[in-house]
Amino acid sequence: MLVRLLRTHLRPYRWSIAFVVLLQLVQSLATLYLPTLNADIIDNGIVAGNAGYIVHSGGLMLAVTLVQIACSIGAVFFGARTAMALGRDIRGAVFHRVHDFSAREVGHFGTPSLITRTTNDVQQVQMVALMSFTLMVSAPIMGVGAVLMALNQDVPLSSLLLIIVPVLGAIVALIVSRMRPRYRTMQRRIDRINQVLREQITGVRVIRAFVRDGSERERFEVANTELYDVALAVGRLMAYMFPSVMLVVNVASIATLWFGGHLIASGSMQVGALTAFLSYLVQVLMSVMMATFMFVMVPRAEASAERIEEVLDTVPSVVPPAAPVVPAVREGRLEMRAVDFHYPGAEAPVLRGVDLVAGPGETTAVIGSTGSGKTTLLNLVPRLFDATAGVVLVDGVDVREIDTARLATLVAIVPQRPYLFSGTVASNLRYGRPDATDDELWLALGTAQARDFVEQMPGGLDAPIAQGGTNVSGGQRQRLAIARAIVHRPAIYLFDDSFSALDYGTDAALRAALARDIAGATIVVVAQRVSTIRHADRIVVLDRGAVVGTGTHDELMVGNETYREIVLSQLTEDEAA
Amino acid sequence: MSAASGPPVERPVPERRAPGGARFGPPGMAGGAPAEKSLDFGASSRRLLRELAPERALVAGTVALGATSVTLSVLGPRMLGHATDLIFSGYLGKRIPAGVSKAQMLARLRSEGKGTLADMLAAVHLVPGRGIDFGAVGRVLLAVLLLYAASSAASLLQGRLTAVVVQRSVFRLRRKVEAKLARLPLRYFDGQPTGEILSRVTNDIDNVAQSLQQTMSQVVISLLTIAGVLAMMLVISPVLAVIALVTVPASVFVATRIGKRAQPNFVTQWATTGRLNGHIEEMYTGHSLVRAFGRRAEAEATFAGHNDELFRASFRAQFVSGIIQPAMTFIGNVNYVLVAVIGGLRVASGQLSLGDVQAFIQYSRQFSQPIAQVASMANLLQSGVASAERVFALLDAAEQEPDPERPSSPAVVEGRVDFEHVSFDYSADTRLIEDLSLSVEPGETVAIVGPTGAGKTTLVNLLMRFYDVRSGRILLDGVDVATMRREDLRSRTGMVLQDTWLFSGSIADNIAYGRPGATRDQVVAAALATHVDHFVRTLPDGYDTTIDEEGSSVSAGERQLITIARAFLAEPAILILDEATSSVDTRTEVLIQRAMRTLRAGRTSFVIAHRLSTIRDADVILVMEEGRIVERGRHVELLEAGGAYARLYSAQFAEALSEIE
Repeated sequence: MLVRLLRTHLRPYRWSIAFVVLLQLVQSLATLYLPTLNADIIDNGIVAGNAGYIVHSGGLMLAVTLVQIACSIGAVFFGARTAMALGRDIRGAVFHRVHDFSAREVGHFGTPSLITRTTNDVQQVQMVALMSFTLMVSAPIMGVGAVLMALNQDVPLSSLLLIIVPVLGAIVALIVSRMRPRYRTMQRRIDRINQVLREQITGVRVIRAFVRDGSERERFEVANTELYDVALAVGRLMAYMFPSVMLVVNVASIATLWFGGHLIASGSMQVGALTAFLSYLVQVLMSVMMATFMFVMVPRAEASAERIEEVLDTVPSVVPPAAPVVPAVREGRLEMRAVDFHYPGAEAPVLRGVDLVAGPGETTAVIGSTGSGKTTLLNLVPRLFDATAGVVLVDGVDVREIDTARLATLVAIVPQRPYLFSGTVASNLRYGRPDATDDELWLALGTAQARDFVEQMPGGLDAPIAQGGTNVSGGQRQRLAIARAIVHRPAIYLFDDSFSALDYGTDAALRAALARDIAGATIVVVAQRVSTIRHADRIVVLDRGAVVGTGTHDELMVGNETYREIVLSQLTEDEAA
Repeated sequence: MSAASGPPVERPVPERRAPGGARFGPPGMAGGAPAEKSLDFGASSRRLLRELAPERALVAGTVALGATSVTLSVLGPRMLGHATDLIFSGYLGKRIPAGVSKAQMLARLRSEGKGTLADMLAAVHLVPGRGIDFGAVGRVLLAVLLLYAASSAASLLQGRLTAVVVQRSVFRLRRKVEAKLARLPLRYFDGQPTGEILSRVTNDIDNVAQSLQQTMSQVVISLLTIAGVLAMMLVISPVLAVIALVTVPASVFVATRIGKRAQPNFVTQWATTGRLNGHIEEMYTGHSLVRAFGRRAEAEATFAGHNDELFRASFRAQFVSGIIQPAMTFIGNVNYVLVAVIGGLRVASGQLSLGDVQAFIQYSRQFSQPIAQVASMANLLQSGVASAERVFALLDAAEQEPDPERPSSPAVVEGRVDFEHVSFDYSADTRLIEDLSLSVEPGETVAIVGPTGAGKTTLVNLLMRFYDVRSGRILLDGVDVATMRREDLRSRTGMVLQDTWLFSGSIADNIAYGRPGATRDQVVAAALATHVDHFVRTLPDGYDTTIDEEGSSVSAGERQLITIARAFLAEPAILILDEATSSVDTRTEVLIQRAMRTLRAGRTSFVIAHRLSTIRDADVILVMEEGRIVERGRHVELLEAGGAYARLYSAQFAEALSEIE
């Protein structure tokens, strides 16, 4: 997974990487050359008692060192740049993919997990890439180089390396294989921490009102302890890495002296060669240690890469059309033909064979009990979901074939729980149409019955809005969301129970204003209150996902049992009592 | 779970960016909008160290084990040097015929003009004619083996202890942050992107953990190695040791110079990460809107801006700090070269044995490595401290007024509520509630009506002490709520909010949230009373159905019902219903109204309702306008008075009548 992720996203940087490898190669060769020169000093300088030779070789060593630092810095520059660019690209790819998702896929992962995957997980992969470019590339070069140089010194002694290298490999592999599943758990538990905390922040009023700080503390404590447990397990495993590698290499140097001594005694090796061989051994130790450092990070990055790939590989259930169509006319005629919708794996469908027609200049109301599928019905139009059977047509074209950007300009939805983005009143209103003028904003605010309170806010249109719109009341939020939709000037308005938090007076005034100001548009209203919809041109009664009646208020009062029941239930209790 | 929280209130946002992008707000808002103050490395790292204080016994243990491990491993090369000497002398000794004494041999060499060689051999302990003493070599090597084994064992233990120290400290840090969130005033949350706070707890604390884990285990070893190696070098050759000694200050100088330049970049890196996280959180939360309004391109453009900024900051941080390692290696190499040359010259002049030079060279390799490591750790630490500082900033944010030390509490809870000359505003320039007085008898139902923005929700916020009054006081059964513990006050009140916040858990757990330790029977009873039972039974998993954020299994109306059941189960003395039934369909609402009426019996209730018909039987109806009570009285009285209420009512009544037609 990690390899695949890196391969895909590093492709644009292959020349940079090649350059990094080249620099590291030169750098490593320079480092490797030093002990050879040193052996030279011993064999030809010291043993021969040639002081001039010693100084000369020393000068050469210094030059080699200079080459080494120049290459190292170059490698760090290009390595850091490539690794950080990789992180940026993967983050961008994940963010991009999440926006391909429909609400279904977002629900599948959960927002907190998607957040962790976009930041924390990418960070892990990025760090491993950085380590690779600064250490990993040079580690094998150094390792192989050291082995070659050692071989160059004496062949029989070098057979020791044939034992050391596999032993080291086995130890590292054993530890890493045990770390991998634990890291997988660890990232999941970070998700959980994120989730609990995010809920605590968004639900702070409820938690405090019910005095549940204690139980929230416990809930967090559980998540925190779980993360602690797995992090500790990982830390303890990691503790094995360094000492065991050290031990193996140190034992190897002991063996070198023992066998080397015998070789010298038998006259098949020089003393200088033994010293040099020991130096190379230290070098092998270094490169293995660097690799160890890497391997500590790799399993976590692997677990993270898996989680990133999971997002990138998820096929969105709502895909943009292959051959986007722009409807010939822009009228806003909405039609649903035999539309079914069910969640994957769910037994009962949410919508069953829904037929619906809504034309421009008309108001179509959808009414039905809680859970009858009204919201889902509306969500099919801007393609927050796609119907599982049947078609949704806008101006005669299947929404699944309409150009995505075009569809967005055709339809505006005012959701049940209006969400505002952090920014200002103006930036939220312009969300659907960034080039709207202030006058247009004020007009929309007027229609949405929001003009008065916006005028009273300090800064007016520039008054700040907190994330989610938490700094305005529910009713104000709904009206701003409605104004946002009006500024958008779509052909089809979808109001999903958007008047629920408004008092009757505002509700009535708003509906009157809407009827006046957006008269030519197609309006679909989902509502609970009969008063909100009774003047609609057409009322669609939904019951458990199916249309059980269509008509005007008067028609339905006569002919539709479900509708009459809804109306009477409101009236008997409220007004007839 | 709802994306937005709690009863919204009519107030300007505190402590956010002003429209022009300039920041405003009191300085106490540490950890507010991402203000990048420069890193106070010293103070913050000392504070980070203090976070480790509770583990000081274990820290002492790791230091001791580290010292043991280093001491043992530092002796290794020295002893291996002995073994080399044994081999070398045996090698030379064998080439000299037995019977010739060492002095004779040296004299012969000098007479042959090989004075330098003679000098060198003079320093070597050799017995002419005798070859390598493998017995002695074997003994030395065995000792070294034991040494290394013990050193590795100590190092392993040290690593395991370090993991405990780090993870415990980080665990405590996370707990502290969570506990801190519980003490922060609501103002803090209302002015802070959720994702930014989250980033501090996940990304930043994670980074602190990683830096600590990697530095703690190594820093002790490295520092001790440097000391140990220096000591050994001094023993072998004071002259050569001086060369090595010079490299220490040189390294420190270079490392700190580079480190200083890296620091601000690390601060920017983590601050940008926080901002990016904030944007991601917001965009993922408003995901469907971004899609529906076709604003994906803008979301991605903003993202790309933050993302590029993060790229630039982290690249600079990593590059500048990445230079430390090569620089240290360079210094180490220069040292190595000098040792090789000067050592070589000294061996040649017989002042040093070859084994000693070999050991010395090995030491100087060992020497530059820990220095480079300390340098790169300083680096990691900088990144870690930059993160720690962001966590500390959150921990230092101004808290809500603490509960009084000697809290008072009403002796009997009857549910009498008095507002005495209460004034309140969210910021200085807007007066929201002005000189409001009000008395509510136990068991009364108070209905608050009025246009949106009149201050109805604010009244509730004050009663619950989500915000504190600017002047005046609120009494519960004769006791000033400001002198009560918040918990005490809130445990006597139950509320149903506009926003249907539920946590990810089963439906049963969410209902039981109203009363700790509630049994399943009590949950079901509450569900039955509030008509939750009916729809829950139609779900495949019933009460064990998990509530998820996207709410595919439970509709908005059903979520509202669950919050009502939750309040029902709490059995509070005072009930607050804030537009609670607005998303429930009318048939269900009727049933809820009936249940609510039962629930309200014997309880003081505040109802913020928009449907005047539902509050006709209220004991007191308050009509609010612009933060003032403009009318109060019973339904009939107010109708007779023909004021604001009568106007509101007739508007709605006409509406209702037209429906009956």
